[in-house]
Amino acid sequence: MRLHFEIEGGDFTAAGRASSEVKKTLKQFHIAPEVLRKVAIALYEAEMNVVSHAWSGTMDAEILPDAIHVVMEDKGPGIENIERAMEEGFSTATEEVRQMGFGAGMGLPNIRKNSDRMVLTSTPGVGTRLEITVLFKA
Amino acid sequence: MNLQQLNLLFNGTILMDGHISSDYTKAFASDLMSDVLRYRMENTVLITGLCTIQVLRTAEMSNITCIIFARGKRVTPDMLALAKEHHITIIESELTLFELSGRLYQGGLKPVCQ
Ligand SMILES: Nc1ncnc2c1ncn2[C@@H]1O[C@H](COP(=O)(O)OP(=O)(O)OP(=O)(O)O)[C@@H](O)[C@H]1O
Ligand SMILES: [Mg+2]
Repeated sequence: MRLHFEIEGGDFTAAGRASSEVKKTLKQFHIAPEVLRKVAIALYEAEMNVVSHAWSGTMDAEILPDAIHVVMEDKGPGIENIERAMEEGFSTATEEVRQMGFGAGMGLPNIRKNSDRMVLTSTPGVGTRLEITVLFKA
Repeated sequence: MNLQQLNLLFNGTILMDGHISSDYTKAFASDLMSDVLRYRMENTVLITGLCTIQVLRTAEMSNITCIIFARGKRVTPDMLALAKEHHITIIESELTLFELSGRLYQGGLKPVCQ
């Protein structure tokens, strides 16, 4: 099963809708609550990053028998130094993002923690691509 | 403790009752949603001074079923609508984050551990 969503940069009211839909859909598959939680947190952090740091993006989720595979792609400033971005506490978030309760530089490390596979690639000035896989095994 | 026992500790205004039989054992006080997303929040009450729709999204993703908005923050209709959809209880209080935390701690709720 495949799900596709468009994500608007800077739209903090809508931020989280795509992740919410994926969580809702996965619930119907009787996935373990622990796995559901990992998927929800990882996707929401990724969605918040597109909303916070990029102009626009897409989320494509593929629900397989034993895993969920998600690709987030955005058009935006991209990430200059991925290694640095992955460090806890590194953030370039704007004042607006901080006022929303985000921008602690904890999102990417949290995605890694809550996924079984994470691949982050980026072209500065063009955009960013994030691949997340979470296995359904107990 | 259940919702009624919880609210006895600080007499807040219950704006939305999520109507799920929760047994609250822990509380977490924060205005930083980035931090909330890092912990296991099952059976946890969130106390916050941040009043935005993203607090509800964060609660939804973290399986938080009760939020106390401190310092007299006014919850908006779209926040209440999202709370209703996801069965999240919303309580408003005039008390500060510090006093709410103190009362809940004294009432027996535990901190969230990593
Ligand atoms: N999709 C993206 N496009 C451009 N830059 C990004 C993107 N995702 C992350 N970054 C960069 O990586 C940094 C670290 O991201 P991370 O998610 O860890 O923290 P944050 O979003 O700044 O804060 P938090 O996630 O704690 O709210 C960001 O501040 C930003 O500079
Ligand atoms: Mg982030």
